[in-house]
Amino acid sequence: MKLNSPLQVYKYLPKINCGKCGEKTCMAFASRLVDRSKKIEDCQILLQDKEKFLQLAELLAPEIKEITAGVGDCEVRIGGDDVLHRHQLTFFNPTVLAYDVWDTMEEGALIERVKKINEFKKFYVGHYLKLDMIAVRSTGESAAKFKSCVEKVLGVSTLPVMLCSFDPQVLKAGLEVCADKKPVLYAATKDNWEQVSKLALEYRVPVVLFSEGNLDSLKTLAVTFNRLGINDLILDPGTYPEGKQLKATFENFIKLRRAGIKESQKEIAYPIMAAPITAWMTDNDPIMASYLEAALASIFMIKYADIMLLHSIEPHALLSEVYMRETMYTDPRTPLKVDSGIYKIGNPTKDSPVIATSNFALTYYTVESDLSSGRIDCYLASVNTDGIGVEAAVAGRQFTAVRIKETFDEAGFDFKEKTSHNTIILPGLAARLQGDLEDVMGIKVLIGPVDSNQIPGWMDKNRL
Amino acid sequence: MSKELTLAEVIELLNNVEVESLEGVTFEGDIEIEIDESVMNFREEANKLIESRFTVGTVKEWTTAIEEVTIGATPANGGTRGHAVTIGGEKALPYYFDSEMKNPTCVVAIDVFDMPIQLAKSVRTSYEDVMESPSDWAKKAVSEYHADMIALHLISTDPKRKDASASEASKTVEDVLQAVDVPIIISGSGTHKKDPEVLEKAAEVSEGERCLIASANPDNDYERVARAANKYGHVLLSWTQLEINAQKELNRKLIKHCGVSRDRIVMDPTTAALGYGLDYAYSNVERIRLAGLTGDNELNFPVLSATTNAWNAREAWMSSSPLKEDGNWGERDHRGLIWEASTGFALALAGCELFMMMHPGSAQLLKKITRMLGGSINEEKTDLSNWITKLII
Ligand code: SF4
Repeated sequence: MKLNSPLQVYKYLPKINCGKCGEKTCMAFASRLVDRSKKIEDCQILLQDKEKFLQLAELLAPEIKEITAGVGDCEVRIGGDDVLHRHQLTFFNPTVLAYDVWDTMEEGALIERVKKINEFKKFYVGHYLKLDMIAVRSTGESAAKFKSCVEKVLGVSTLPVMLCSFDPQVLKAGLEVCADKKPVLYAATKDNWEQVSKLALEYRVPVVLFSEGNLDSLKTLAVTFNRLGINDLILDPGTYPEGKQLKATFENFIKLRRAGIKESQKEIAYPIMAAPITAWMTDNDPIMASYLEAALASIFMIKYADIMLLHSIEPHALLSEVYMRETMYTDPRTPLKVDSGIYKIGNPTKDSPVIATSNFALTYYTVESDLSSGRIDCYLASVNTDGIGVEAAVAGRQFTAVRIKETFDEAGFDFKEKTSHNTIILPGLAARLQGDLEDVMGIKVLIGPVDSNQIPGWMDKNRL
Repeated sequence: MSKELTLAEVIELLNNVEVESLEGVTFEGDIEIEIDESVMNFREEANKLIESRFTVGTVKEWTTAIEEVTIGATPANGGTRGHAVTIGGEKALPYYFDSEMKNPTCVVAIDVFDMPIQLAKSVRTSYEDVMESPSDWAKKAVSEYHADMIALHLISTDPKRKDASASEASKTVEDVLQAVDVPIIISGSGTHKKDPEVLEKAAEVSEGERCLIASANPDNDYERVARAANKYGHVLLSWTQLEINAQKELNRKLIKHCGVSRDRIVMDPTTAALGYGLDYAYSNVERIRLAGLTGDNELNFPVLSATTNAWNAREAWMSSSPLKEDGNWGERDHRGLIWEASTGFALALAGCELFMMMHPGSAQLLKKITRMLGGSINEEKTDLSNWITKLII
């Protein structure tokens, strides 16, 4: 966005501090606009002055155009980024992951594959990671075949679809059965652009522009489509899976995003699409192709794909893909917190240990995975330290005897009833809380190791 | 952008875009219709492309090169290594077109432990037969798995393990230097109290080999470690935990107070596994690298990643999910290999040059792809014209 300090934004606000936006002052609202945690429509006063509103809206628009596909609960947002490096703000709108089906698939196999894409889920930090889109690929047999494939997919899935063909007749056939679902059209090229642009205008759907590694033609297409009034564009500069071509592909992604964000070149500031699926066009055997595809997915998730077309739906590959997406799109401005409370690891009994740690997500999950890898059945208390790690929280007094007691009290955890040993194990880094905690809670306090990876060894040597 | 139009002009306009009639519309009094100019131009431009050229500049702020650091000394330089490895020297983010890469940007050191250790099953199968002998382990890593370097971890010195003495451990260092001729990293057990003594002895017996001594960190007697590295001609690993300011401060102390020369510092700002803090590790390294490139001369050193930490993630090593809410996790061996490699890719793109790794397949994948990104693999070519229909699986 063109404005990046609250003070600059403040100048455009009504400056009456009415509080209707949920913020106490216009200045506070200005900061929320800058960090994009509020929307300009939230200021009802500004909404009444259309001219000013539009002016500010334009100044606050993200550098990279944000577009949507799909409808209802499954709608996805694509693009919308403002920075080149996630620590500078955060990346917005996690990479949309689309997996292919093709129109020569047997009906049974097709349905099964669509269901797998639909149903994939992985539990992570309190929510599920899922896949977003189904790409229906024409193998060139006929428009009718493609159309019927799209229909079958829609019959069993509400995920947004991407219609993939370079043949406008085929795309049209697909659109006829799903235009109301806001599919993504893939793709317009230098050869078919005239007809594809008509389809995009007629059906009002986002369209991918494709060029084989040539950014001049990509820009030519983007400028042309824009002039035709088509602005929901996605750029695919071609994902070459190997060799020097891969290097060139990587450079193209960097160039496009740099032009869009750093140089504010509006004509090219659209979301970018990567197609790691091209790994399956190489001579590699299926295992190597799946490794290559996962590698490309990692690389382009990091550098700058907003939407991605993939093939393998083997969970061994999907898991790292959805995790890498979380990695890049987690908001670095908010410390990751786990809900404070008492969690069961394995199947704890009355004789199992009770271990305390902070509710800083990274600490919590590290301890949790150390305990489960060590196969230690226990209760793990995530103490409310405001999402600060143990060492810093002890120093800053967010990790105190009182906070620990509160965590157990709120969870209704009674040591007398739940344990036979009336003992808690504190992290080594919180050793100095021992006396306090014994006084406050009236339980025995043991000091565990400094690093949770030593808990298994520590457990062997210490008795509760 | 809007224009005021007469009714006649409106009709002409609608005709232009092939609207022949409007139904159910009545005009009363003054009306204002805003029409995007792009629509008005539709007809005249619809049949030709607007040829455009794409250009983009380089990043002017990247004024400073990353220090070049050489690990390993050949006979010509007073050591016995078959080759040395030089990392660093970049003037841009990894694989960016702003500047050519000078040195290999992805050097892999395979981890070797001086006593058998618990390893994830997919990793263990590669080393099972050599775990009793660090020399055999190192040999296998070099000859079969093409390790560029060996990272020898003297974990037996940990008081909680064997509590081996510094001189016992340094025997292993000598053995490994005999067994392989690649440059080596010598790492303690991570025990802050004991490591300085262990590393000092190890540095002594490997004098002149220009090993990478791991590590000096804010919690150990880094002065002693640094003195040993200086005295016996080694390179020093400056290790901090996910905190850019701590890294800067430690580097400053090593240079200013401990007299470590700038061409002998490698940083390890800590690697966390994919899913378990990789977001912090990635951004931390990226910030460090950007600071270095833009002129912070306390941060422009090559960076090491302990990518093996990827195996801390249960998704890397467990055969299936312990949670019933999860679906199938797929084949463990493939999943683990990809996990370690993906962790490596993130750090390679953030700015790491040297990777300590374990799974031979992950190491190979990381090296192969980064060499492609670096432009040194030319062969494979793919034709993407009509790829949609060509790709039938
Ligand atoms: S609603 Fe608008 S005018 Fe009222 S306080 Fe918020 S920003 Fe200011």
